[in-house]
Amino acid sequence: MRLGSGSFAACCVVVEVLGLAVFLRGFFPAPVRSTSSSEHRAEAPVPEPAAGASSNWTKLPPPLFSKVVIVLIDALRDDFVFGSKGVKFMPYTSYLVEKGAAHSFVAEAKPPTVTMPRIKALMTGSLPGFVDVVRNLNSPALLEDSVLRQAKAAGKRIIFYGDETWVKLFPKHFVEYDGTTSFFVSDYTEVDNNVTRHLDKVLKRGDWDVLILHYLGLDHIGHVFGPSSPLIGHKLSEMDGILTRIHTSLLSEERKALSPSLLVLCGDHGMSETGSHGASSLEEVNTPLILISSSFERKPGDIRQPKHVQQTDLAVTLAVGLGLPIPKNSVGSLLFPVIEGKPMREQLRFLHLNSVQLSKLLQESVPSYEKEPGFEQFKVSERLHRNWIKLYLEENSSAALLNLGVKLRRQYLDAIRTLSLSLSRQVAQYDIYSMVVGTVVVLEVLALLLLSIPQALSNKAELEVPLLSPMFSLLFYLMFLVLSAIHVIVCTSTESSCYFCSLSWLTAAGVMVLISALLCAVVSALSEMFVDGKLQRKNTGPSNSRWSELDLLILLGTMGHVLSLGASSFIEEEHQTWYFLTSTLCLALCHEIYRNCFLGNCCEPGLGGAVVALQDEDAGKVHKSHTPLDSLRGSEKWMALASPWVILTCCRLLRSLNQTGVQWAHRPDLGHWLTRGIVEARFVYIFILGILFTGARDLLKSQVAAANPKCKAVGLWEMYSGLALLAALLLRPHNLPVLVLSLLIQTLMTSFIWKPLGHDAAEVTVMHYWFGQAFFYFQGNSNSISTVDVSVGFVGLDSYMEIPAVLLTAFATYAGPVLWAIHLVNFLSSETCRGPAMSHACFCYALVCSFPVSVYIILVTSLRYHLFIWSVFSPKLLYEGMHLLITAAVCLFFTAMDQTGTRSRISS
Amino acid sequence: MKDTDIKRLLYTHLLCIFSIILSIFIPSLFLENFSVLETHLTWLCICSVFVTAINLILYLVVKPNTPSKRSSLSYKVTRFLKCCIYFLLSCFFFHIIFVLYGAPLIELVLETFSFAVILSTFTTVPCLCLLGPNIKAWLRVFSRNGVTSIWENSLQITTISSFLGTWFGAFPIPLDWERPWQVWPISCTLGATLGYVAGLIISPLWIYWNRKQLTYKNN
Repeated sequence: MRLGSGSFAACCVVVEVLGLAVFLRGFFPAPVRSTSSSEHRAEAPVPEPAAGASSNWTKLPPPLFSKVVIVLIDALRDDFVFGSKGVKFMPYTSYLVEKGAAHSFVAEAKPPTVTMPRIKALMTGSLPGFVDVVRNLNSPALLEDSVLRQAKAAGKRIIFYGDETWVKLFPKHFVEYDGTTSFFVSDYTEVDNNVTRHLDKVLKRGDWDVLILHYLGLDHIGHVFGPSSPLIGHKLSEMDGILTRIHTSLLSEERKALSPSLLVLCGDHGMSETGSHGASSLEEVNTPLILISSSFERKPGDIRQPKHVQQTDLAVTLAVGLGLPIPKNSVGSLLFPVIEGKPMREQLRFLHLNSVQLSKLLQESVPSYEKEPGFEQFKVSERLHRNWIKLYLEENSSAALLNLGVKLRRQYLDAIRTLSLSLSRQVAQYDIYSMVVGTVVVLEVLALLLLSIPQALSNKAELEVPLLSPMFSLLFYLMFLVLSAIHVIVCTSTESSCYFCSLSWLTAAGVMVLISALLCAVVSALSEMFVDGKLQRKNTGPSNSRWSELDLLILLGTMGHVLSLGASSFIEEEHQTWYFLTSTLCLALCHEIYRNCFLGNCCEPGLGGAVVALQDEDAGKVHKSHTPLDSLRGSEKWMALASPWVILTCCRLLRSLNQTGVQWAHRPDLGHWLTRGIVEARFVYIFILGILFTGARDLLKSQVAAANPKCKAVGLWEMYSGLALLAALLLRPHNLPVLVLSLLIQTLMTSFIWKPLGHDAAEVTVMHYWFGQAFFYFQGNSNSISTVDVSVGFVGLDSYMEIPAVLLTAFATYAGPVLWAIHLVNFLSSETCRGPAMSHACFCYALVCSFPVSVYIILVTSLRYHLFIWSVFSPKLLYEGMHLLITAAVCLFFTAMDQTGTRSRISS
Repeated sequence: MKDTDIKRLLYTHLLCIFSIILSIFIPSLFLENFSVLETHLTWLCICSVFVTAINLILYLVVKPNTPSKRSSLSYKVTRFLKCCIYFLLSCFFFHIIFVLYGAPLIELVLETFSFAVILSTFTTVPCLCLLGPNIKAWLRVFSRNGVTSIWENSLQITTISSFLGTWFGAFPIPLDWERPWQVWPISCTLGATLGYVAGLIISPLWIYWNRKQLTYKNN
């Protein structure tokens, strides 16, 4: 089957979008959550199960502790407290662990072992997914139910000192706070002193219920010096001193108040042998969790090894300890030793509350919840509980009651453990299988695109797509069989849920067919190229077409940009890359223009003898092909000479309009906020729709009638100006200069650089792409989710409407690239003389956009345990996905234009 | 004839490199607390003075191009003054380009300008020595096939490699390593210096390897 290279490229990009979608689905597993999480109504607490007889204990049990102090030490590994280091440097803590009234655990953190998700896990009891970050685009604040939210609702006074992340996650939750920033990794004393300096005052005052301290120093030492540095010991001693101070003050307070308080020492994640964290090695995952309270009874000589628990268990324990409802999305199970000293009825009540909450969550997140073993166990224990209450109220003999209670308690604990396990398995980890499938599709498409470059960019701009031959080849069927076998094996063996397995068999088979067909196409293209290459080498010898500096720059720039995506700083500051590249591009164009202009004139007679050096014969060709600049008249020539500088100046101005990124984002920019009227916006919408409609009508007319190429040009121009107008409406007022200068640069480029210098379609396309990217950042976008301007979705709308809001936001965010792409179509269609320019352009655009995406998903897969995977790499992945989607749309538009073009060419 | 020329070229280049090394070590004998990174501006000034001096001396000693027929004093003086003006112009030109590339406009003006000075020392000063204040000759040398001697060829290579060094020197700036040499414009000046040194080393070797293919019409 023969296809134009434009439509081929469009098909490829569409397939690539599918592959990327599968990859994204695997990379961002959907979190387990209660569906009612958006509204936080205060639900009535679940009453104690009762059979017939009236048990009117419907209120929540009273709090176990009057005060809770949480000391969170960043990157506190379990052996820092329980190992030899703990004995040496933390004498008080190890004394408490061994002999005192304390319960110690090893809490296992789930990867990514990074602070922000770990704080979420500790406070909500859920396993947060990255999708959460996307779900609440507007603010980084945590919208989920958490212990802190419940505590605030219950009127508890919470005080926080430490890492700023908490303040961002829980704004307005603290009656008093002081955030320290973890920006300066080399500072490990000040950052902790800033927390400790409040301690004396706060402990003396005692007008609070919850005190949270988050110390960052240990993590900083780990990052800079590693876990075996002597500084770790000093830091641990300092922390031990702080713990002693807090504990003694709490004890003295208790003597006055007569109600016990709870002191929690925990770490958010561990520290690997190199001192970093983020991955899932044992050192990074295991953190100590020590609960200290005078209400804990400890028989003398009772030495216990710390038990392994989950980090998510803390949230439910805290909720129970403070007498609050358990957070809705918590998957944790109650740390039983905490309630061990209470009477049997209360113990059972707590366990019942926990298991009811877990089973509710299970019902909401698993469709076939009735078959889950945990749920069955829970039902059985609830029935037993009912009987027990009946017996209890009838006041039977206490020994039998106690025995029955112990049995019931064991039953409950089992049920809770099973429920919690099956819930946390839902979120599990990265869904590697889906990721691999997606990656394979994307890579095959990229290989196909790369292999068909020579054919697609030839003058014919057509290529043979071997669609039928793979259908009957042995390789295809073998591949298909192997893939199906793998699919069956993977899906039957994995424990964690896998998105690709949950698809219907037909869809999965379709994807398998796609993969094997693509593979066959790649192989046949490869062999064809090999054969062709051999033939050509025999025929012509080495080709002597040389690359110009500009081509080299374009190639190296694209490659360099793709490679730079492997470093988190370069992703944060990606705008700098694009500004740098476009500036260099302008200088290169400037160089080319000057050379043409001056050498074209002066090299003719006078210095003719001086020219020529290397034994290349293309010198003559170069000079002949460069006459076009002479066609410009005097003033226009000056304009041509000045235009690169004008463009450079424009870019410099735009760059300071919106400071994005991270490192230099604090520089002052010219942004400010103005409100817009709704009625005026609607008027503009009507005009834009009118313009777009006439444009589309003209395009359709030219498509159907295929008579008038002018008609098409007019239609394209109308589309272009309509979109520019829409962008003008949507962009924030202070961003209008971006649009104006963009249009100016496009005009300058067209009339003074591209047309006179006669760049070919591929070069022009890549330049358009580069400028489009630069304008994406000039608008003030960056690679973090927070810069998406959601307010665009409300322009001209009274209330929030999802579909228009999403479309408008997408357009406003990608206005730069889209406008440049449309300008490219416009520009190329106005150059009617060049035959296959449009399909070349389409092919190049598809290639240049899909190359970074393909490389990036491999990078991101290999960096999935990186420290910044959530904060830097994942948002960029989403941006890349969105960009690919836009590219697919642009390529389809290109192809449609190309079809009309060819048809009109044929007919005329 | 040719081999001796290449040898002379190599020696002059080695002297240039030596002058840069000297500019790193000599000042620490006279100045306290001197180090390339901490007192960067001082080093930049000293380095550019050293390199300019050695270029001038070499130009006077080696005399690579044919002496011009007019040798009146006034002609020489005007030529020298013209060279100075060209040098200053090139400094301003580079300064403007740095600002266009994103250097801060108002803060750190002195740093940016001394960066422009050092880059002009590496690129403009050799050009002025060799070609004189003659724009057409410059354009000829820096267009693709316009060199007429190995001196001009090496000039082309060192200049381009200095620019490339500067260009690559900007890469580490966005990285979050928080090293002292990532501060503007230190990484760029270091890149320029390294590029210049690399050009000085590469150009004799390159000319030596390609001496068969290279034919200069006017020689």
